[in-house]
Amino acid sequence: MLIADIISYEFVQRALITGVLIAAACSILGVFLVLRRLSLIGDGLAHVTFGSVAIVLLIGFSPLYVTLAALPLVVVSSMAILHLTRSRRIHGDAAIGIVSSIGIALGVIMASLSGGYNADLLSYLFGNILTATQTELILSLIIFTAVILFVVFFYRNLFTVTFDEELAKSMGVKTNRVNVILMILTAAAVVSAMKIAGIMLVSALLILPAVAALQFSLSFKATIIASVIFSVISVIGGMLFSFTFNLPTGGTIVIFNAVFLVIVLLAKKMLQAKM
Amino acid sequence: MSTTIISTHHLTYSYNSTPAISDISFGLEKGDYLGIVGPNGSGKSTLVKNILGILTPLSGSIYLFAQPQNEFRQWEKIGYLPQKLSALNTHFPGSVSEITAMGVKKRKASEIKNALEMMGIAHLASRLIGELSYGEQQRVMLARALVSQPDLLIFDEPTTALDPETRDIFYSLTEKLNTTNKTTIILVTHDIGIIGQYARRLLYMDKKVLFTGTFEEFCASSEMTGFFGSGSQHIICHQHNDLEKIN
Repeated sequence: MLIADIISYEFVQRALITGVLIAAACSILGVFLVLRRLSLIGDGLAHVTFGSVAIVLLIGFSPLYVTLAALPLVVVSSMAILHLTRSRRIHGDAAIGIVSSIGIALGVIMASLSGGYNADLLSYLFGNILTATQTELILSLIIFTAVILFVVFFYRNLFTVTFDEELAKSMGVKTNRVNVILMILTAAAVVSAMKIAGIMLVSALLILPAVAALQFSLSFKATIIASVIFSVISVIGGMLFSFTFNLPTGGTIVIFNAVFLVIVLLAKKMLQAKM
Repeated sequence: MSTTIISTHHLTYSYNSTPAISDISFGLEKGDYLGIVGPNGSGKSTLVKNILGILTPLSGSIYLFAQPQNEFRQWEKIGYLPQKLSALNTHFPGSVSEITAMGVKKRKASEIKNALEMMGIAHLASRLIGELSYGEQQRVMLARALVSQPDLLIFDEPTTALDPETRDIFYSLTEKLNTTNKTTIILVTHDIGIIGQYARRLLYMDKKVLFTGTFEEFCASSEMTGFFGSGSQHIICHQHNDLEKIN
């Protein structure tokens, strides 16, 4: 089947637009998270999303609105991670681990109460972008717009907080406000991204493009742009490749991202060897 | 008429239940050059972090430019150089000019260029901060602190990573800013020789204020002789007297 034929289907167009918007949002947020050594937050929130989806399905929400319904609980969990990290008694990675394991445990119990792992829950575990609904497309557009506005209007504050939070405080930056918005947007992006990559792989969309972009030693703005480019190419390439060769879309997108990273790392190593 | 830049009243802060500073009260007028000195763990950096809003005091009050600290919004009036960046990521993709521009709300190329030239690092403007040596990074942070031409400069152990030549340039610059522009300066250091050479007032603390006043008062204080020992007190007073003669 030709690529033009594949793209002519409405559900494929919807999947492509949703995928590009969410992957771009994730790759922007990923730069800030990776630099602040919060990379695993995506993994933690994805596990919480599993619990949230299981609850939402148990309650009996229509699959059309599962993403929307799971969002509040994931946002609350992201606030819990932030609160635990601030308590100074718990390190960031431990805070993520605590919230993550509670999320998984809740998911397992809820799945059991609803009679085991049904097809709906499994589709969220491994993702299926082709089933993206109109609601999910609109939600991904809202999240993408919110991320862009956040970065544009809070750029100096975000840059400073990412560089050094104490220094940012000394400059009058409301670091709590910046952190809370960053966490809420990350939670929203993770919930939406589960449709692309699945709960198991969602953190890859946050981490891989950002890490690849950071290898280029570009300026801050250029790093963000490079991260978006990597991620968008991976989503489009991964989706088309998976359609053509009948492979799982989420896994293929993540592999495309990983291949990008490996190529960048090898190229960097070769360049360094020549110098 | 003198203008009060900072005043603290009965400031207290604890890390968990361990007291770090207790009942700290002092004031600073425009044009003052205050040296804060004390042994390791005496709460010098904690005091500075409370003044800057990095830490929230358990009790007491802080006024910056005659405004309660929690209502103060003109942070560009203050330039701060921390003892060390809490966790500088060597992969941080910020260029020297981007880092320097953090110090101003609206980026002006001329201001950034001036600050970089002042610190002798204009040629590094497009380099990434993680690629620089620790001494160069410290100079970038100094440029960032100076870029907004602040009325108050707070330096916490500013020269630990600098070579002697750059250290001299740095202290000459602070002295010039203090005498010419009437920039108020707080210098936290354990280097008592430097304190005697540049600062005009002294605050000696060990979790609480043990001495605050001019150098003349410090040199005449038999109580301080007890704390410092006559040798150290003599060095500080001797270097300060040399400075007074030069001025």
